[in-house]
Amino acid sequence: MKKFMFVNRKAPYGTIYALESLEVVLITATFDQDVSLVFMDDGVYELAKGQQTKDIGIKNFSPSYRALEGYDVEKLYVDADSLTARGLSEKDLLVPVEVLDSAQMAELMAQQDVVLSF
Amino acid sequence: MLHIVNKSPTQARSLESCLRVALPGQAVLLIEDGVYGATTGSSSEAQVRAAAGKVKFYALKPDLEARGMATRALDGVTLVDYGGFVDLVAEHGPSNSWL
Repeated sequence: MKKFMFVNRKAPYGTIYALESLEVVLITATFDQDVSLVFMDDGVYELAKGQQTKDIGIKNFSPSYRALEGYDVEKLYVDADSLTARGLSEKDLLVPVEVLDSAQMAELMAQQDVVLSF
Repeated sequence: MLHIVNKSPTQARSLESCLRVALPGQAVLLIEDGVYGATTGSSSEAQVRAAAGKVKFYALKPDLEARGMATRALDGVTLVDYGGFVDLVAEHGPSNSWL
């Protein structure tokens, strides 16, 4: 088993990156790999509560983050500085996460076998 | 002139550059990821508040709603729907899209 980290740095809907990342995460989890997700920079917006996409004609995929647990993807890490810079805190997010400072994030990244960025 | 910004202020410098050259009386419409610039606590909140006396700010409501940001829209930013978007384009002469 390899340690895979997915680093999500884009806001949802404006580009396809966030959704594509989620798809690859689910595929990877299916192959019984050790999967970690990191949300930093605008990627933290992917986890914002209360997304309502009815009027932009794009599927709201934010509930899928809550389903990750069912695929044994339970390691969700959020960069503290990125949250703060956007006026967000842990309570604004739709799933339980672990908030890491820069040093902790650096250490976590260094432990991975594969890092994929979106 | 209608300035249209579709990039998040923490992803690109589009809004910052736009506000540097926008003239008094012009309009700035935030759409797609650009709407994050019109939310409380964003990195551009102070900049938007400071410029609000000079230019008129609008944000596309469906894009705020999609991102869970509708309740965080800054005071002084007028929310518009798609019809309102069309009206702004029709009213303000040339559009300047900051892609």
